[in-house]
Amino acid sequence: MGIKLLLDKAHVEGIRFYDAYRREGGYRSVEKALKMSPNDIVEEVKKSGLRGRGGAGFPTGMKWSFLAKPEGVPRYLVCNADESEPGTFKDRYLMEFLPHLLIEGLIVSSFALGSNRTYIYIRGEYAWIVDILEHAIAEAKANGFLGTNILGSGFDCEIYVHRGAGAYICGEETALLESLEGKRGNPRIKPPFPAIKGLWDSPTVVNNVETLMAIVPIMNMGAEEYAKIGVGKSTGTKLISACGNINKAGVYEIDMTISVEEFIYSDEYCGGIPNGKKLKACIPGGSSVPILPANLLLKTAKGETRYMNYESLADGGFATGSMMGSGGFIVLDEDQCVVRHTYTLARFYRHESCGQCSPCREGTGWMEKILLSLEKGKGKMSDIDLLWDIQRKIEGNTICPLGDAAAWPVAAAIRHFRDEFEWHVLNPEESQTRNFGLAHYADPIHVPTV
Amino acid sequence: MVKFTDDKLAKAKEIIARYPMGKHKSALLPLLHLAQENFGGWLSVEAMDYVAEILNIEAIEVYEVATFYSMYNLKPVGKFIFEVCQTGPCMLNGSDNIIDYIKQKLNIGVGETTADGLFTLKTVECLGACGYAPIMQFGKNYREHLTKERVDQLIEECRNNAATNN
Ligand SMILES: Cc1cc2nc3c(=O)[nH]c(=O)nc-3n(C[C@H](O)[C@H](O)[C@H](O)COP(=O)(O)O)c2cc1C
Ligand code: SF4
Ligand code: FES
Repeated sequence: MGIKLLLDKAHVEGIRFYDAYRREGGYRSVEKALKMSPNDIVEEVKKSGLRGRGGAGFPTGMKWSFLAKPEGVPRYLVCNADESEPGTFKDRYLMEFLPHLLIEGLIVSSFALGSNRTYIYIRGEYAWIVDILEHAIAEAKANGFLGTNILGSGFDCEIYVHRGAGAYICGEETALLESLEGKRGNPRIKPPFPAIKGLWDSPTVVNNVETLMAIVPIMNMGAEEYAKIGVGKSTGTKLISACGNINKAGVYEIDMTISVEEFIYSDEYCGGIPNGKKLKACIPGGSSVPILPANLLLKTAKGETRYMNYESLADGGFATGSMMGSGGFIVLDEDQCVVRHTYTLARFYRHESCGQCSPCREGTGWMEKILLSLEKGKGKMSDIDLLWDIQRKIEGNTICPLGDAAAWPVAAAIRHFRDEFEWHVLNPEESQTRNFGLAHYADPIHVPTV
Repeated sequence: MVKFTDDKLAKAKEIIARYPMGKHKSALLPLLHLAQENFGGWLSVEAMDYVAEILNIEAIEVYEVATFYSMYNLKPVGKFIFEVCQTGPCMLNGSDNIIDYIKQKLNIGVGETTADGLFTLKTVECLGACGYAPIMQFGKNYREHLTKERVDQLIEECRNNAATNN
């Protein structure tokens, strides 16, 4: 059994409520942190090697140390619970079952950053989770962990839940801040970065739910011990939400030392592909990261085993690798059509583009149209090159990374599955009933369970 | 005239107080949710103007926000809304078939409402529940692992609910 730092208590009866949570050692990290200086906490987080779990993997301690601290200006911590990247559903699980772990992490982080008002920006669809979180906040407050002069430390803090209303773009941190200010979710031009000018023009840190929860074990066990878990620059544990064609879809906590093969096939994790089907492809880190065919997923281009960590998943760059991203692990079996799957993602990005930049606004719509016609067997060979050109013109030419996020899945699909796109053009009728591609399928593998 | 009842107005005040003085515009999204829930599941111009009045902001500031976010309905909707996810991971698990089945069963297209005003069908993008696909949002909750039988059951439930509450 792998090591668990966040989910270790997830199955304790009543853990969603304060009494059980506290009995299991909850809120100890707050007691410890309030006796330390905020700077020492930031140093601990730096030492832990924790990297942002929202997708970009930026070192959290470093981000915290960039926060400007002008006199007399409030600072804010905002928790990003917008979770809308297709394939990603770990934050939902964490908040639904362990709301107090988030509140605990938020109190410690708010103290470290000097935020007296902390907001959780949650996607609007998670309406029932708002109630769970608000209940946890009320319990924490009733027990003296929130409010004024927490545990006699002189530190005041309130946490509020702010519900979005259906817009993927509000997961992008500056769009999130606009939305929190009661506006359309249009990303801001950076710089200035939120650390200098964020919520209501004040210095602001935006962190993902899982990142802020990880602060709790870091405080409890100490940064050094935390950093020993995992490998290289992938310290600690990572939550992976696995979906698509696998036997056991769900949320897993891994310590980033296991191989991709073990993750897919072992009974402890996904339990293999249903109906003895072969593995065709996988998007390992949420819809925005490159899709990999089975052969490049299980082994790198150099023939080395690929592991479930930041470095190994990215090995080979975009030519032969992918990314850890948000940990949304989407598996496609041999019957799935990469063209159709890519089309649904293109539709998603067109729908979610905020429309501020023309390459993103026009490009995503154009890609969607071309992919749909290819998928329906109505495309031309030249459409494939056109798609390639469009995605290249979007990438890097937009205000926010949604443009890149829309371009990458299309690029990777063409890069690795061009034959499948061509097959749709050459066999317009057959492509409607049968899927094909040279796809380097992986045979069902049985990994001995240890 | 749309107007919050006293307890909803108190709720609105409590929401506004979550933001610092002068930053009350931040309460716009939560107040639009409150308005939608209380004024028949959608936002009429009147409802939006009312929210603008409560927050003391221009009506246009409300319209531009209400039109941006997909959860706000700007037209009347049925009593029950099926919002079925159609993005990649759900598609891999057969969401297309579920959407087709609902269309056929209720005899409506996506974005339409049944003649009896009971059901509206919408397709939505990833709901953050991909591991439990195919799924739909139904009111405040999700219905997961959808099958034709579960869709039948849900429709039945809704009809019964409507019949007893009339
Ligand atoms: C289009 C887009 C959508 C994003 N969606 C999310 C999201 O849903 N949740 C999240 O935590 N980060 C999301 N991010 C990343 C955030 O901008 C930000 O980097 C992150 O919240 C920082 O937290 P971390 O450092 O803890 O990872 C998104 C970024 C982009 C460009
Ligand atoms: S890249 Fe797309 S989503 Fe981002 S700001 Fe430009 S138009 Fe909006
Ligand atoms: S793709 Fe349907 S919930 Fe994510």
